Amino acid sequence: MANKFIVATAPHMHNPHSTQSLMRDVILALLPALGLSVAVYGLSVLYVTAIAVVSCVLVEYLIQKFLFKGAPTICNLSAVVTGMLLAFNLPSNIPWWIIVIGAVVAIGVAKMTFGGLGHNPFNPALVGRVFLLIAYPVQMTSFPQPVGDEYVDAFAGATPLAALKSHAIEVGDVNLLNMFAGIMPGSMGEIAAAALLVGGLYMLWRRVITWHIPVAVLGSMAVFAFIVALTQGGGELLYAMPAFHLLAGGAMLGAIFMATDYVTSPMTPKGMIIYGIGIGVITMIIRLWGAYPEGMSFAILLMNAVTPLINKYVKPRRFGVTTAKK
Amino acid sequence: MTVLLSTILTLSVLGILAAVILYFVAQKFKVEEDPRIDEVEKMLPGANCGGCGFAGCRAMAEAMVLRDDISALYCPVGGAECMKSMASYLGKVAPEKEPTVATVRCGGVCSKRPRTNEYNGTKSCVMASSFYVGETACAYGCLGYGDCVEACAFDAIKVNPETGIAEVDADKCTACGACVKACPKGIIELRKKWPKNRAVYVSCVSKDKGAVTMKACKAGCIGCGKCAKVCAFGAITVENGVAYIDSQKCKLCRKCVNECPTGAIVLKGMDPLPKEPKAPAAKPAAAAVKPAAKPAAEPKKVEVAEKKESVNEQK
Amino acid sequence: MKTFPIGGVHPSDNKKWSCAKAIEVLALPDVVNIPLGQHIGAPATAKVAKGDKVLTGQLIAEATGFMSANIHSPISGTVTAVDMQPNGQGLRQMMITIKREGDEWMPEIDRSTEVKRECELDSAAIIAKIKDAGIVGMGGATFPTHVKLSIPNGCKAEFLIINGVECEPYLTSDHRTMLERGEELLVGVEILKKALGVEKAIIGVENNKPDAIANLNKIIAEKKFPIVVEPLKVQYPQGGEKQLIAAITGRQVPPPPGLPIHVGAVVCNASTAVAVYEAVQKNKPLIERVVTVTGKAVKEPRNLLTRMGTPIATLLEMAGGLPEGEVKVVNGGPMMGRVMVNVDSPVTKGCSGITVFSGEDVRRVPTSECIKCAKCVAACPMGLEPYLLQRLAAKQMWEEMEAERIPDCIECGCCQYTCPAGIALLDYVRLGKQTVMGIIRARAAAAAAAKK
Repeated sequence: MANKFIVATAPHMHNPHSTQSLMRDVILALLPALGLSVAVYGLSVLYVTAIAVVSCVLVEYLIQKFLFKGAPTICNLSAVVTGMLLAFNLPSNIPWWIIVIGAVVAIGVAKMTFGGLGHNPFNPALVGRVFLLIAYPVQMTSFPQPVGDEYVDAFAGATPLAALKSHAIEVGDVNLLNMFAGIMPGSMGEIAAAALLVGGLYMLWRRVITWHIPVAVLGSMAVFAFIVALTQGGGELLYAMPAFHLLAGGAMLGAIFMATDYVTSPMTPKGMIIYGIGIGVITMIIRLWGAYPEGMSFAILLMNAVTPLINKYVKPRRFGVTTAKK
Repeated sequence: MTVLLSTILTLSVLGILAAVILYFVAQKFKVEEDPRIDEVEKMLPGANCGGCGFAGCRAMAEAMVLRDDISALYCPVGGAECMKSMASYLGKVAPEKEPTVATVRCGGVCSKRPRTNEYNGTKSCVMASSFYVGETACAYGCLGYGDCVEACAFDAIKVNPETGIAEVDADKCTACGACVKACPKGIIELRKKWPKNRAVYVSCVSKDKGAVTMKACKAGCIGCGKCAKVCAFGAITVENGVAYIDSQKCKLCRKCVNECPTGAIVLKGMDPLPKEPKAPAAKPAAAAVKPAAKPAAEPKKVEVAEKKESVNEQK
Repeated sequence: MKTFPIGGVHPSDNKKWSCAKAIEVLALPDVVNIPLGQHIGAPATAKVAKGDKVLTGQLIAEATGFMSANIHSPISGTVTAVDMQPNGQGLRQMMITIKREGDEWMPEIDRSTEVKRECELDSAAIIAKIKDAGIVGMGGATFPTHVKLSIPNGCKAEFLIINGVECEPYLTSDHRTMLERGEELLVGVEILKKALGVEKAIIGVENNKPDAIANLNKIIAEKKFPIVVEPLKVQYPQGGEKQLIAAITGRQVPPPPGLPIHVGAVVCNASTAVAVYEAVQKNKPLIERVVTVTGKAVKEPRNLLTRMGTPIATLLEMAGGLPEGEVKVVNGGPMMGRVMVNVDSPVTKGCSGITVFSGEDVRRVPTSECIKCAKCVAACPMGLEPYLLQRLAAKQMWEEMEAERIPDCIECGCCQYTCPAGIALLDYVRLGKQTVMGIIRARAAAAAAAKK
């Protein structure tokens, strides 16, 4: 017979998604924030991002080729995403060698040590960032002035959260609109709340992520801040405090891009909500009472550690088990 | 100085305290266990292969010590020697068992058994066999996806990429039986292990009728029964259209090997018998004279088989 | 619009190839092969032997016990063999081979085309007639219909649900049946209602068949049938029995061993309803069915009214033959159909379509590491965690799989469809389900033996 019969078990159709296409969508979703960051900090942003991406990809390629001796995995673009996210967590004036160290830690230590994509218990980009934050605290926390910064006088070069921690400002002093637009000192990617939201909506539309984690993180942060504002006397704080905390620091970047990392977040919707609330609450506790001004990265890494436990005990809703009346 | 002293003192006291607590806890929760179990476990090979039917060597050792009658227990890996030493240590009688070796009973190499389709699913024999006939038209033959290879703890079985069939390294095989359990087609059998890895066996388990078997595979047993007739020891039976050689009764006389029209009877570790000149005239001379230099299982020419088919169909 | 509560995927439906093609009657085959086991349950027992003459519609194999179904000759002629023959998957199975001579029907079969609506029979008589006619579920599961209609003690049927969803992509046989044989279908539904003693009958149709919905509604209005047509959201597996019941009534069938009847529902396929009509009103047994032959590279996709036992190769020829090169011929739809290696195998009662894939579509997508994206968990309509089940099955951890509710799985394929890493989730899940079900059965048998 002229035909060759191919045999496999059902299903015989597959949806067009692949790991690569999902990662490509994440990269696209990160571009608005990258653009806004360039507008605020200038072209050095692109320089930092390029170094981070190239070194992440290179580290993964080398480890895969010479240590694992396996087929190259860089085509799935996950190293590019890690590189971009790592860059987004850095100040735009950071020396290049620190970026490279961050990339080696992120990919080499946090990802490939555990077997590569799919096996890492912690978010690689965040491990890289936290390592740099502890190893090079000065370089990691001195930020250049944003273009057109209006509150330079109040807290030059410090992020709003750092300024709050050192009591340089009060929550009520801050121009929330500027923060929303990204005109404040901070890491390259975390400042642009507006652009990050756009990226988040794009990922929701493309079904790359579900709403559960971002909503749980941001919602629990807002509620937490609201309650704290109540105990501090209320008034204007009731709205200023939640809004400030959602826009400041890595809240948006963390909630939308970091916490939603597939590998390190729970599998069930219920689990995702528990995980998100955990991140929100821990972040707020660190911000309000901890030694560091910002706690997003620590909160996500802590909840990453809890993820296997959540996966074990939080099960999806079973068909046929319903409390609805018969 | 006082700081140093007090530190050392405090830590020492703490250490002693912890040691005392640990001692009492250990006493309280001590599990009484027959010390012979440890000894027997040391004698076992420690492969934890499960070939004895227990979860591991420890469980086997427990059974050895606790049971009065150990005749049902056997460690295929350690073999008779291991059983004997354990039995003499425990003062019990060791079961007698001949050494066996796993044998893959399929001769459907690529050249003999044409592929009719390509399997694009998960490479697993048990999955493929539960779904369909396989890449060839023979529903009984080796699929070659290596479930047995996965199951083997001793690296003794491999799928030969050239033939597409699993092959056993008789020297490494411990006859633990893991591959026998893993094979969904029931092709692998533990057969008596002769010295120098000699063996005679029917390398086919196809229950199809002769004509159907022939169509699917040129190396299959067509159930013609000629081997059974020639066997002087009553070791060969033909049931469900397939011959079977009882390895306990077989004396390696090799007569059946020459008789088989399809070469389904495989001879290993020995030279075949010279062809008898007064053999039935049906055998073409070309096929009959085979240089004995090549040992092992060179199957006979196939044209013979096709002529023999009428014999089968009369049955 | 109504749909089922958990999971689901949206494969492109690919109905356009064949949905506009009217049902054509395929020429009578010269030789047919009739498998004795073409339904769930015990294979039927052959009632004819080599050399016997048979008429079209004559009983040639009788149900073996309650959970089995009769089989009738689809043509008239001579039985030439009762022997093992390879089926579509190349596995040998007992089949009756009949060589055709003319086309003589059993005299009691009414072959007129006019629709006969009145039915004077009572419930038991209707079920008996359905059993005699050897009707089984024609959506693919081939569950004997008389068994489904025999309500176990302590249960009460409240709804009859007719499955006109046809959620499998590509297939259009039910769609065409609803369009062209609407009135017969509705009479069949009335008969099924009477057999069950229920008042409510709902026909669920996916919303990508607006013409079928309109046609049924028109006949219902004109001829005053007390039957409701419920348009449903296009989402796979809307036509799964449990999903359909949940979508239409909001009731969820409890986990295994829960059955639809435990929530008062009985589900029948749309084509089955037509077969019931023919059996009860026209004395015609189940000897033919509509088969869709389709595929992107099939030259002339068709919906063919085919006698059972016709070689599938004949149908493929009618559709313009197989495309060149590598092909994957699927008996059924792309989500749950079984691949065939032997196209000389016959059309059976459960064969609703032949889907042909060629070119790029024949192979699976490449596999990479699981990235824990949770898409399989979100897609599973039964609320399982396919990624976890896959890992447990690969490690042969059967007890853990049972604790993870593997018997719930309906093998719909949503998980594997949606996996971006291309992991063969269902292969492993299916293996695990088979093994665990075997363990459960063995345990039940042991418990039963211990009781004695």
